[in-house]
Amino acid sequence: MKLPEGAAPGARDAANPPVVAIETSALRRVYSAKPRAIVALDGIDLVVQPGELFGLLGPNGAGKTTLIKILTTLLLPTSGSARVFGFDVVDETKQIRRIMNMVAGGEQSGYGLLKVREQLWMFSQFYGLTAAEGWRKVDQLVEAVGFGEQAEQKVSTLSTGERQKMNLARGFLNDPWVLFLDEPTLGLDVGAARTVRTLIREWQAAVPGRTILLTTHYMAEADQLCERVAIVDRGRILAIGTPAELKRRVQKESIFRLELENFAAGPRALADLPGVLTAVAASAADTSSGDGSGRDVVGIKLVLAEDAVLSGVVQAVTSMGAQITALQKSEPSLEDVFVELVGQGFAEVESGEGQS
Amino acid sequence: MSTASWAVGRHGRSSQGPREAATWDRRQIIATELRAIRGRSYPRIAGMFREPSWIFFEILLPFLTTSAFVFVYRALQAPPQYVGFVVLGGVMIAFWLNVVWLMAGQLYWEKDQGNLELYFAAPMDMMSVLFGMAFGGLIMSSTRAAVVLVVASVLYGVVFSVQQWLLLVAVFLLTLFALYGLGMVLASLFLLWGREVWHLNQLLQEPVYFVSGVNFPVNRLGLLGALAVATLPLAVGLDAMRQLAFAGPAAATAFLPPEGEAALLVVMMVVFLFLARTMLRLMERLARREGRLTVRGR
Repeated sequence: MKLPEGAAPGARDAANPPVVAIETSALRRVYSAKPRAIVALDGIDLVVQPGELFGLLGPNGAGKTTLIKILTTLLLPTSGSARVFGFDVVDETKQIRRIMNMVAGGEQSGYGLLKVREQLWMFSQFYGLTAAEGWRKVDQLVEAVGFGEQAEQKVSTLSTGERQKMNLARGFLNDPWVLFLDEPTLGLDVGAARTVRTLIREWQAAVPGRTILLTTHYMAEADQLCERVAIVDRGRILAIGTPAELKRRVQKESIFRLELENFAAGPRALADLPGVLTAVAASAADTSSGDGSGRDVVGIKLVLAEDAVLSGVVQAVTSMGAQITALQKSEPSLEDVFVELVGQGFAEVESGEGQS
Repeated sequence: MSTASWAVGRHGRSSQGPREAATWDRRQIIATELRAIRGRSYPRIAGMFREPSWIFFEILLPFLTTSAFVFVYRALQAPPQYVGFVVLGGVMIAFWLNVVWLMAGQLYWEKDQGNLELYFAAPMDMMSVLFGMAFGGLIMSSTRAAVVLVVASVLYGVVFSVQQWLLLVAVFLLTLFALYGLGMVLASLFLLWGREVWHLNQLLQEPVYFVSGVNFPVNRLGLLGALAVATLPLAVGLDAMRQLAFAGPAAATAFLPPEGEAALLVVMMVVFLFLARTMLRLMERLARREGRLTVRGR
């Protein structure tokens, strides 16, 4: 069944509603500080359904980490409420701790003199696995995250990326029903970050029903990984929805990039078509004309009043004797959404005052 | 990275929902606490011989201090049991160093590494973490202490005269339990107030050696010694063990009979464990309320 965009996966069966994985209501957290208190969370209302991979996207100081700390029972809310699978974060901490786990980016946890397998086994003991169960689970995870001989290597000798793979494996040890990932790819190179994202997706696919709450300030990460995203800034949720839905909020028009062969008429010929707002030559970097094939390919950026206008453009191009070699719809990024909502980009917000 | 490798184990409980998985019976809770103790003691036991530098820092250096006192006592023609007193003091230093550096300062290091948050966020009690640290440390230090005892006794010809073996073993164990109990209290205290844990640890070395009479009978300190015996497990344990290991001559330099000092150690053990638990609760409450202690970088 295809879900409507923005709908949480848990909303599939209205007759038999599942328990909500994470629910916060008017959640507020204020840190005492001088000269004035810092409001880290300012009335967060959030519902995350079981099985959902939910992202909190916002600049440093937006309150993402504070929210995770409250949900992982490490911090008390100043007011409001927060529940994980119905358990209250203030009074039912033990229950929550039994079914969740957490991994943070740049984490240096554990003991350098232990080997990777030993370190993971040690953590398995904190979740009540028997010794044999612990070793079995560790071997499973070590294989799943792709540790070969490195599993017998001392933790202190691991690279940053390998270390984060180990941290992720630690997070999976107790098969948590909720996994909190706080900036899991922070400080990783492109390859290592991709590996971490792949592991997260694989785990969620292999262990159905598990919920992941992920914080990030990487737009692409939220876009690629998350089913729904909440954009947060200064302790408030500014918007919630699927990445596509959020992006549509800021894009009223449809933007396409066309690559045409044998198109002598030029972009101006398309600009006059009904529903076409603008048609301009795309930059050379955006077209594949430089592929050495000798073909006469031009790139055109089209801004249309709506998607439906495209069929008329295609017909017109064909009637002009040109062939379409590539057609791509351009989407705004989540940063565009953030800029639209806040009035400035992540970098500008981060340069101001904030508390995470 | 194959999907098959992710197979869910017992904790996956495919037939259970999250709310059922979060409800543990008493047996599960106790088993988890015991396993957590085993887990936390593992790095100390497994890592015991992975850093050979301990031979230098924890055996050779203390041994030099012990030797210096042995030579002084010999030069002064002190009664022969004084050499034994010093050797016994040297043995107990191994435990005290472990308590100071790997118990008292440990939660502070754990916070810096980010382990403390993970411990708090795990379903076990933090007391189990402290018990695990203590148990691992105890095993670790026992090997070092045994080396010092054997080498020094052979080298300096120490003659032990034990009449109450059972009581000696009991006092030794009680001393260790009380010592590590104190270490557990200090661990929380250091985290709460110990911004410079290195300096605090230094403070707990030489002054404690002195008031505990590590290298001489503690009753020579008069009131200060009595105070130490009443509050420091190292002082009272050493005083009792000296009486039991050198039956006869040591009684003249003791504060209390060994049975009385054993009872004192029991009281200390209970009080320290209670205090450690209270401090941990306080620390966790403070951390959750103020956002300090468990928040890295703060």
